[in-house]
Amino acid sequence: MIRRIVRGLDSRLRLAALMRHSLDHIFPDHWSFMLGEIALYCFIVLVITGVFLMMFFNASAAAVTYHGPYKALEGVSMSAAYRSVLDLSFKVRLGLLMRQIHHWAALVFIAAIVAHMFRVFFTAAYRRPRDINWVIGVTLLILAMANGFFGYSVPDDVLSGTGVRVAYSIVLSIPVIGPWLAFIVFGGRVPTEVMIPRMYGLHVFVLPAIILALLISHLAIIWRQLHTNYPGRGRSDRTIVGSRLWPTYAAKAIGLFFLVFAVLAALGGSVEINPVWIYGPYKPADALPAAQPDWYLGWAEGGLRLFPSFNLHIWNRLVPEVFFPGVLLPLLLFALLYVYPFIDRWVTGDHEQHHVLLLPYQQPLRTALGCAALAFMSVIFVAGSDDVIAVVTGRSVVAIRTALRVAVFIAPVVAALVAWVTCKLLNIRHAD
Amino acid sequence: MTGDQQGNNREASEGSGSFLVTAAFLIAVAGGIAFLYAYWTSANNLFLGVALAVMLGGVGCGLVIWAHRLMENEEVTGPREPLESSIEERELLLEDFLGGEQRIGRRRLLGWMVVAVTSTLAAAFVSVLRSFGQAPTPVLKKAAWKRGDRLVTAEGKPVSVDALDLGSAIAVFPENRVGSLAAQTLLIRVKADLLRLPKERENWAPNGNVAFSRICTHAGCPIGLYETREHLLLCPCHQSTFNVLAAAAPTSGPAARALPQLPLYVDDQKNLRAAGDFSEPPGPGFWNLPS
Repeated sequence: MIRRIVRGLDSRLRLAALMRHSLDHIFPDHWSFMLGEIALYCFIVLVITGVFLMMFFNASAAAVTYHGPYKALEGVSMSAAYRSVLDLSFKVRLGLLMRQIHHWAALVFIAAIVAHMFRVFFTAAYRRPRDINWVIGVTLLILAMANGFFGYSVPDDVLSGTGVRVAYSIVLSIPVIGPWLAFIVFGGRVPTEVMIPRMYGLHVFVLPAIILALLISHLAIIWRQLHTNYPGRGRSDRTIVGSRLWPTYAAKAIGLFFLVFAVLAALGGSVEINPVWIYGPYKPADALPAAQPDWYLGWAEGGLRLFPSFNLHIWNRLVPEVFFPGVLLPLLLFALLYVYPFIDRWVTGDHEQHHVLLLPYQQPLRTALGCAALAFMSVIFVAGSDDVIAVVTGRSVVAIRTALRVAVFIAPVVAALVAWVTCKLLNIRHAD
Repeated sequence: MTGDQQGNNREASEGSGSFLVTAAFLIAVAGGIAFLYAYWTSANNLFLGVALAVMLGGVGCGLVIWAHRLMENEEVTGPREPLESSIEERELLLEDFLGGEQRIGRRRLLGWMVVAVTSTLAAAFVSVLRSFGQAPTPVLKKAAWKRGDRLVTAEGKPVSVDALDLGSAIAVFPENRVGSLAAQTLLIRVKADLLRLPKERENWAPNGNVAFSRICTHAGCPIGLYETREHLLLCPCHQSTFNVLAAAAPTSGPAARALPQLPLYVDDQKNLRAAGDFSEPPGPGFWNLPS
């Protein structure tokens, strides 16, 4: 059977030598190299569950009245989009599980991308020749976050409606072109009839198509360049050490896919996520207290909450407060991420190609920088739930906000110093 | 360790390995059967999710154990081919590629044509964006209220000048436009002599009935809460607070602009009506808001 398939393909495409070569492709074995793989498998799970959801979701803002198994909302007016999510959750067999796996997969997808990015950063894997893949990776992170946002925005519940309004306000705040841009993106003042179909189209087709294309390039490039190796005996820039693709690595990789899917299925079955029926349908005059975005936008939410009440007046024009944390901060952060490998190269003067990684302690300055960035992001992430912290700790929101406004400057410095000193001490120990 | 012992160890490890793989695949089959049973009977979410996890997890564990225990696991070392081509190869490519382009480049008129075509096409494609939204300023600055609009509750009932107790607040809308986003307003009743409104707004709050836009000037969320004791309005999204007594000026949090105030008067039936539009366009700020 296999013999016949191989003969059939080879007699048409002359693949034998190429495929044999591919089976011998060497992959290093290290747990930290699996983070990117986990992201890839989450993407596959997202596509599988997403196709299922697509068969039922109705991307329409048309007003309908709910009649169905969820009695708490009986007779309530809502959008057709929201009703179709209720039906998916309560009427469609397996629908709720698919929804919850889909949402969990999105959360883990972005978590895996971020963890993968930190691994690449702290081992200096972004150096030449893999700087190109760093740039693609940062783009993938941005697209994944955007697609996650569109995904949880389309059900048209109170929480998502609030999120879209905030996003609209951020776009609106951009100097000169903001109003036009916001109206072009959202089709008018939010909420509009067209925003759900638009976000849906982007969510199920445009962004996934771009993500898929970039993902394939990301993998093709690493296939061509070969993976890096951790430093160790017999590791050099001229060799690659690991196990062959066939059969060992392939079995492990496919096994890992099933394990990732299993964890997501367990989460989807046992841990409730985004219960939109509790939030209720979106009404322009309703807002949910303690409303928060999905975790990967927590830093953006925190930025909005932490930034002081500052308006910039230019002549007779206005740059509103949300522009600075809502537009400028993300632009700056992602610009920094994009150019980091090139700044690194310019500062160190290291233009060589590298295939052996560095361990964090071997590069104290980079590690300190990474820890400072991590600390900064953590503080503004925490600020995204300042109201929840206030309730839990019994202190006022004002006090917590003030403390976090101080911490946002101090924490990165402290983190950098601690990291730098730790690296230096480890260096001394390793030298002995 | 002698070669014989190694062989024995290996055999033992393979034996227990194939036992584990079989066990994992059997668990996967059991999970699959449980999933089928759940799907065709109760369709309980927890049961379905756990059964699916057991099925997939069994397959995953089986494959990973198989790879670790039964497959070749020695580390292999392979060469890395250089990623760069030789200089000659690169020069040949550049020659082939640039050779054609230079011939075109010499004709200046053609060069200008390339510029003209590209910019026209780009302009045509970009201008198509106009279809995606209407002009913003007329919408953003459209009057939300006009003089004479009667204030009604979310249920559509008119609000009389004594309807509210001191220290209470309700959401109100213009009559016939209940639920309107831009016009949603908070009506609050405070002791009239506590109010510190600007001079020109002194008669905007008859009998301590003071009204503000309900849309936060920060990021556009509806204001959720009125704290009676402190006379503060609180936005639930980013915790901005506004002082009702000081014409809803922001007191803490990220918001920088006061909530627009709605001037009120009392009609013949003792009901509250708008004496005009909000003091500024309601909602989050934008570039040409001040003009």
